[in-house]
Amino acid sequence: MIYTNELKKVIVTSNISISANVYLLSFKREFKFKPGQWIAVGLNATDNPRLYSIASGVDNDEVNVLYDIKPDGAITPNLAALKSGDAIYISKPDGSFYCNNGKGWWIAAGTGIAPFRSMLESGMAKNKKLLHGGRYLSSFYFEKEFADVLGENYIRCCSQEKGNAVFEGRVTDYLKDLKQLPSDENYYLCGSSEMVVETRDILVDKGVPFGNIIAEIYF
Amino acid sequence: MSKELLFGKNPDEIKQIVKELGMPSFTANQIVDWMYKKDITEIAQMSNISSKNRNLLSAKYDFGVELPVKSEESIDGTKKYLYPAGVNRFIEAAYIPDENRSTLCVSSQVGCKMGCLFCMTGKQGFQQHLSAGEIVNQIRSLPERDRLTNIVYMGMGEPFDNPDELMKSLDILTSDWGFGMSPRRITVSSIGIIPAMKMFLDNNQCHLAISMHSPFDEERRKLMPIQHVYSIKDVIDIIKTYNWQGQRRVSFEYIMFKGLNDTDLHAKEMIKLLNGLICRVNLIKFHPIPGTPLEGSDHDTMVKFRDSLSAKGVFSTIRQSRGEDIFAACGLLSTKELIKKGFENQDSEILNY
Ligand SMILES: Cc1cc2nc3c(=O)[nH]c(=O)nc-3n(C[C@H](O)[C@H](O)[C@H](O)COP(=O)(O)OP(=O)(O)OC[C@H]3O[C@@H](n4cnc5c(N)ncnc54)[C@H](O)[C@@H]3O)c2cc1C
Ligand code: SF4
Repeated sequence: MIYTNELKKVIVTSNISISANVYLLSFKREFKFKPGQWIAVGLNATDNPRLYSIASGVDNDEVNVLYDIKPDGAITPNLAALKSGDAIYISKPDGSFYCNNGKGWWIAAGTGIAPFRSMLESGMAKNKKLLHGGRYLSSFYFEKEFADVLGENYIRCCSQEKGNAVFEGRVTDYLKDLKQLPSDENYYLCGSSEMVVETRDILVDKGVPFGNIIAEIYF
Repeated sequence: MSKELLFGKNPDEIKQIVKELGMPSFTANQIVDWMYKKDITEIAQMSNISSKNRNLLSAKYDFGVELPVKSEESIDGTKKYLYPAGVNRFIEAAYIPDENRSTLCVSSQVGCKMGCLFCMTGKQGFQQHLSAGEIVNQIRSLPERDRLTNIVYMGMGEPFDNPDELMKSLDILTSDWGFGMSPRRITVSSIGIIPAMKMFLDNNQCHLAISMHSPFDEERRKLMPIQHVYSIKDVIDIIKTYNWQGQRRVSFEYIMFKGLNDTDLHAKEMIKLLNGLICRVNLIKFHPIPGTPLEGSDHDTMVKFRDSLSAKGVFSTIRQSRGEDIFAACGLLSTKELIKKGFENQDSEILNY
């Protein structure tokens, strides 16, 4: 349970831009966690930290955090200026956006891909289909890693650009077009509330029991 | 471009403005008085301030009070008011008159990010935080303001997702320089965002209401994604560290869904969770919303549930449903259609994933 200001100092090992305005921050892993969990990240020990899904595998030496810059945001513009050797302050891992090993769908929008990257790197991609929604062709972070492991089960939905083997439209458009959706599989949703709420409505409308829909909202 | 608004600013901010505009320092108190003690709607009506200084103010600021643009009345007397909140955006407030009290249910955001499965506001997505002025304006511009006895932050939005403006609005409502209301007449209702909840409990004496809706982890996660981040057990553990022996109250809201969260097991688990806490549980009838997979429990089940809780010392009541016919009842507030219309010809920012 994290609710106090118990933030611990760690040293950034790298902070690289992997797409326009999108960064992957790394530091040495000194704790155990479960795929789907988040950590709170602050620029100093007392500031109001923000939450970020862990985007790396449970056994990796380093922890990754994927984030995009909100131009008028309080933290992300400053996060983006961090260099290797700088300090950040993090909480213990917490949260419970867990995924089981059964058949299931990972549905992400934007940086909502982060927990699924952790699951992928933790060997949980078997039996999974991934729908990733992004505005541009450059929005499919970790594209190669997902494509290598998931093959045809990796579906990119691009709302603003056209591309080879990429569905043109949002993830919600993709789902609406499907005739049938399995009602005995789990659906893991991660991203903005708009995506989560619309996707959940579509799934329920297509006969998926709401109990099979597990959602993490980046509020 | 629209001007900055005065209404919603606190005395320190007004003092700063007065200083920057080179006005005499005593005008700060006069302006604060005009905003929170009197009934004017324009800077031009601040009659004890010189016209030169009013012009200085008006060049940079608008007074910032907005009357509701629409109202609907339910057969039970509940009224729903639509207030503008910026360009093409609206919020709703529900006025609920009763025999010996009149309550206004105010909004804290346009839309909401929390995505609770059973809520119309959640379906709207998030568009904007309200400023303290926009929150307090719902009270200030209410036609029935003189009859108002209680305020609940239970309209559109999650108050603890907008903590700075929430705290500022409470300050205006409860300070002597503001509306001078007793914090005992104000309740902030939340799904339990822990850091902001702690800040509220540490700095303020208003009542707290927490939306529980299920005592079980797995089940609450499916109804309320927030459970992945801040679990109800953690929320309650923290609430238990505060003092509820005095006049300040904590209550738990519990919408009852047929066959889902209305069983004996649920009552037992709630009793366990709330053990040792002086609190009250409000059981609420569910108002089905379009496309929802959920149904409301029937009245007999609700009575039985209430009695099981009360028998074990958890004081519970069944909240009367109000304003259902005008969609003013709990969980039914939404301005999505209006907002969508406003953005019809633009690159919709409601759907930008
Ligand atoms: C469980 C969880 C996991 C998360 N994981 C990730 C992740 O892996 N990657 C990631 O990128 N993000 C994630 N987030 C979101 C993250 O916590 C931050 O909210 C985000 O990075 C923005 O932080 P910020 O301080 O820069 O912006 P903030 O200052 O918090 O502002 C956020 C946005 O809201 C807007 N805003 C602020 N105030 C107002 C206002 N008054 N009116 C209108 N708009 C306003 C800002 O313009 C900005 O665009 C997660 C959130 C949660 C709850
Ligand atoms: S119930 Fe409250 S927190 Fe949940 S979506 Fe509705 S307004 Fe937001």
